[in-house]
Amino acid sequence: MSDLKVCVRMFAVARELAGSDEVKLTLPAGATIGDVRRRLVEAVPALAPMQAQLMIAMNHDYVSDDALVVADAELACIPPVSGG
Amino acid sequence: MIRLTREPIDTAALLDEVGSPQAGAVVLFLGTVREMTGSQQTLALDYEAYPEMALAKMAELEAAAREKWPLVGCAIVHRLGHLELGQASVAVAVSSPHRGEAFQAGQWLIDTLKQVVPVWKQEHWADGTHEWVHPAAESACTTGLDQRSPPPPDKERRATPAKVDRA
Repeated sequence: MSDLKVCVRMFAVARELAGSDEVKLTLPAGATIGDVRRRLVEAVPALAPMQAQLMIAMNHDYVSDDALVVADAELACIPPVSGG
Repeated sequence: MIRLTREPIDTAALLDEVGSPQAGAVVLFLGTVREMTGSQQTLALDYEAYPEMALAKMAELEAAAREKWPLVGCAIVHRLGHLELGQASVAVAVSSPHRGEAFQAGQWLIDTLKQVVPVWKQEHWADGTHEWVHPAAESACTTGLDQRSPPPPDKERRATPAKVDRA
């Protein structure tokens, strides 16, 4: 099985820390959302202090770390929300 | 009705939208830009959203509220972009046959919106700094919509913000 190339959309403080509104990652086949979080922090070390607070969304829903990354899914890095 | 907008929220239109001969009660909640947070003075706020997901979550909120209460009308609008003091950043309007359900649904909708909808505010403080507001780790991103009990009381949202100074 081939590697999975994904693009993670970045928002708010995570976007500013990344200096970009998306981060491209290459994951092994069978990767989980937890792998996305780890690779994201490796790619953007400035996220490390807040990594426990970051949620990862897949296809517009919050997903847990053990969920498998679906090919062609839309991924996003969601810092704690503060709307309202 | 679910909407994100960069224009001022038209509250009269919202009230028209949820009003109905079947409703004996209409509740409108507005969240507005407050000047003082403790001793810190706000000049303005900027709101950013993950629009596709925010709209999806807002639609889930409306559907969940309609399951819980006999709502006639329901409208949720969040404003994005630059807001000055006193302007409305969010509006929740609901109508129901009796006032109890409308008050309860309105409270649940705004409380849950603040926990799950991917929208962020950035403070422009009077001292010239800018700061994204990110609630502390107990944040409610993990609070699913399936949890039908009332959410916990609104915590002090600015307790441990992640600070990004652009000054």
